[in-house]
Amino acid sequence: MRHFFRRKSSCQVAKDRLKILLISDRVNCSPEMMELIKGDIAKVISKYMKIDAENMEIQINTKGSKTGRGGKPSLFASIPIVDVSSMADLKPNR
Amino acid sequence: MENQFSQEQQNCCEVIVVTSGKGGVGKTTTSANVGTGLAKLGKKVCLIDTDIGLRNLDVVMGLENRIVYNLVDVVEGSCRVKQALIRDKRHPGLYLMPSAQTRDKSSVTPGQMVKVIEHLKEQFDYIILDCPAGIEQGFQNAIAGADRALVVTTPEVSAIRDADRIIGLLEANGFKQMDLVINRLRMDMVRRGDMMSAQDVVDILAIPLIGIIPDDENVVVSTNQGEPLVGSASPAGQAYANVVLRVQGKEVPYLNFDKGISFWTRVSGIFHKA
Repeated sequence: MRHFFRRKSSCQVAKDRLKILLISDRVNCSPEMMELIKGDIAKVISKYMKIDAENMEIQINTKGSKTGRGGKPSLFASIPIVDVSSMADLKPNR
Repeated sequence: MENQFSQEQQNCCEVIVVTSGKGGVGKTTTSANVGTGLAKLGKKVCLIDTDIGLRNLDVVMGLENRIVYNLVDVVEGSCRVKQALIRDKRHPGLYLMPSAQTRDKSSVTPGQMVKVIEHLKEQFDYIILDCPAGIEQGFQNAIAGADRALVVTTPEVSAIRDADRIIGLLEANGFKQMDLVINRLRMDMVRRGDMMSAQDVVDILAIPLIGIIPDDENVVVSTNQGEPLVGSASPAGQAYANVVLRVQGKEVPYLNFDKGISFWTRVSGIFHKA
């Protein structure tokens, strides 16, 4: 999937596959749809700060509960910011 | 196994369904061992095979030659509930209600199951329901009368996916207590990075862990002989004995199948928190 697939253990492959699979199973949202959402979020955020779009992750999980079960589903995004200093001088109309 | 907990009085009967979604991950083995283990601790236990048409629990328990009546006969009123119960002579207090082999799933409805269970509740401390694979009527029958569930899975993608689906369905049916049994774990493969660890599976499925059963050839031997191995010196026997204690709410540290002590402490930490 990513750059270093050669080095990935089969255990890691299984975990990565399940992660994506179960999200779509749980909320009835296809992996393709998740990728589209992810791409759009990245596009919007990139307007304001430099982010590492390659390594960002989005997940549909259950709000508040660490278990990811038993509540309203929410969308969580983890977006690594590449350059924090660039946030100081925000250029709204880049 | 020591009888240290048998003196404690169980106030009411607990009805536990053993389920997994996927077939062949160890539902029947787990039902047989947990049931036998509870009986060894002096509890009155009724095992019910709800897999109509493909009964298995009777052979795993070694009671296949003693079947006269079955669950469908009870439901249809061809016999009394008591007549269909087979007493396991090796363990006082252990009974099996076998399923029908020549009928199909539609012979029983969830409402009828609830009725049978209500009747049995008065006489037993634990009722354990061995659920068929799948999510159709057999599954609905098995969960209808249950208070809590043991979800069995193996550390494989397909089994975990099905377990996740089952957990979702149990939640939708109002289940509050669901505990995870991870079966057939191979520590050598986990160490090589070729099998998901118990921790990985718990992280993914996000329900409390209640047991880790190592992959153990003694399970095959015990099935061959029709004698559940719970409490024996084998790794799986020990692991099942601990599951039995945890089912009763006791806190038991996880067995160390490996040198990585910190790992098991971590796993048991998860269990205590839950």
